[in-house]
Amino acid sequence: MASTSEKALKVIQSTEFKNLVKKRWSFSLTMSLLMLAVYFSFLITIAFNKELFGLKIGNNLTLGIVLGLGIIFFAWIMTGVYVLWANKSYDKTVEELKNKL
Amino acid sequence: MEQFHTTLGQTNFLAISIFFVFVLITLGITYWAAKKTNTTSEFYAAGRNISGFQNGLALAGDYMSAASFLGIAGMVATKGYDGLIYSIGFLVGWPLIIFLIAEPLRNLGKYTFADVVAYRFQQKPVRIAAATGSLMTIIFYLIAQMVGAGGLIKTLFNLPYEFSIIVVGIVMTSYVLFGGMLATTWVQIIKAVLLLGGASIIVFLTLSKFHFNPLNLFEQASSMYGEQVLSPGGYISNPWDALSLGLALMLGTAGLPHILMRFYTVPNAKEARKSVFVATGLIGYFYILTFIIGFGAMVLVGQDVITGKIGTVGDKGGNMAALLLAEATGGTAFLGFIAAVAFATILAVVAGLTLSGASTLSHDLYVNVVKNGVSDEKGEVKVAKIATITLGILSVILGFIFKGQNVAFMVGLAFSIAASANFPALLMSILWKRFTTKGAYFSIATGTLLSLVLIVLSPTVWVDLFKNESPIFPLKNPALVSMTAAFVVGIIVSLLEEEPRAAQLFEDEKLRTYLGVDAE
Repeated sequence: MASTSEKALKVIQSTEFKNLVKKRWSFSLTMSLLMLAVYFSFLITIAFNKELFGLKIGNNLTLGIVLGLGIIFFAWIMTGVYVLWANKSYDKTVEELKNKL
Repeated sequence: MEQFHTTLGQTNFLAISIFFVFVLITLGITYWAAKKTNTTSEFYAAGRNISGFQNGLALAGDYMSAASFLGIAGMVATKGYDGLIYSIGFLVGWPLIIFLIAEPLRNLGKYTFADVVAYRFQQKPVRIAAATGSLMTIIFYLIAQMVGAGGLIKTLFNLPYEFSIIVVGIVMTSYVLFGGMLATTWVQIIKAVLLLGGASIIVFLTLSKFHFNPLNLFEQASSMYGEQVLSPGGYISNPWDALSLGLALMLGTAGLPHILMRFYTVPNAKEARKSVFVATGLIGYFYILTFIIGFGAMVLVGQDVITGKIGTVGDKGGNMAALLLAEATGGTAFLGFIAAVAFATILAVVAGLTLSGASTLSHDLYVNVVKNGVSDEKGEVKVAKIATITLGILSVILGFIFKGQNVAFMVGLAFSIAASANFPALLMSILWKRFTTKGAYFSIATGTLLSLVLIVLSPTVWVDLFKNESPIFPLKNPALVSMTAAFVVGIIVSLLEEEPRAAQLFEDEKLRTYLGVDAE
């Protein structure tokens, strides 16, 4: 159980902590919505406009394959960006706040 | 093109020997792990000493099932592009795990995801609900794995179905019973390395026949089977179906109890984060490999052999495509190796499921419901071990009962329950201060019941299995309705009645949630 000592309470009520929580969720939720949007636009495009995905790029490649593999790379990049952000920005503030306890 | 002949279906002694060596090595690891597995934290969470990178490998090993290796390669081999759409669905949930779940889960919980759902509520009702959702997900997933395993081993090694099921049951129970999470983790790591390595070799051998240019492979495929193999076919026609299945796969991944449990094996939230990054990379790489393997099999083995129009080993789903390609490119010895890897893959997944089920029974139900949260270490480990044996026996019995049945829908059902019962309650518990005991209870109940009822009334069961003319519920996967309902019910019920204690605890635990202070 977290202690609700005076120090802890002070940190919880500090602007710095509140900003951290706010920043964490606005970043996470934006990233999540972006991922959902990209994946569902992919699915919906297939449902409504298969021809578009059959569009040729060069001789033996279709837009569908490029975009499909693109989503896999996108998922990697998104998790990578999150890890970079969290390691650099989030963890730094966490350490600062922990030092105040 | 020359007709391809396979030795698949005949007893492959090399495959059996390699598999035997795998079992011996992993049981050796289990013996080593058993000495380090005495406390509850060691049994459920490997003493929280697994590194982020190791856990990333183990997560991938826990997630990449034989079904996704053989099934997706088969789908690509028989349907072309559509297989890629399906595999993407299994990947896109992972970023959501890292954005929303992994870190708060690691900081707030102890052994199970129900720890996090229930931490600020009245324990009994929420634990019982969360444990039910958890066990349902595990059991349906386990049935699909066991039945698939029995059938697969029959084809691969020419061993009787029942014998295979019993072997799988005994070996997986031994891992979990004696070696707990530490042994399970290493089985999953070894399996991940073997599977990724094996699939990479198949792809290398395949591409070596196409001047290492996948475009040449695609060219050959479209000249043999028509250009439509490179673009979407009939897999997605109804946008609502697409949306519903997409939601189930994406959010279900973030609600799988055996995956979530793995985040407690690392020392802190930072390592948990790193492990998702590693897992996402490996799983994405794996699906790219299966895409190329599918096309390789289509061209080098031929769709007629894969689907069983020629020869006897093929099936409609093309499940043997990857193995046939292994033989076509690397000969009988390589086929033996890949077959053994497929068998090892099954063991790693069912061991993870069994451990997760055992922790739900012992930690969530026995300790937190029966014993009101008070437990002694020894007693709890003992109960967890009894639960492991029970689940081992149960999964063998279920494997017998569902022999020869079409259980493909059970994976969809497991993902639907995970997305509808587990994920909404977990997310709201982490994010929303006003969430209440009753809200959590009714949200989980709604998600579970709706998933179960709607899948029975859906085309998947009502038409395909019960042979009725038309479905009562139109969507193949219920997640769109059941997950939305779980969120709506959770929100409305919580808003009807405040729970000041839960809201206060939400504030009090913030240092733990966000800074990891006093985390287990």
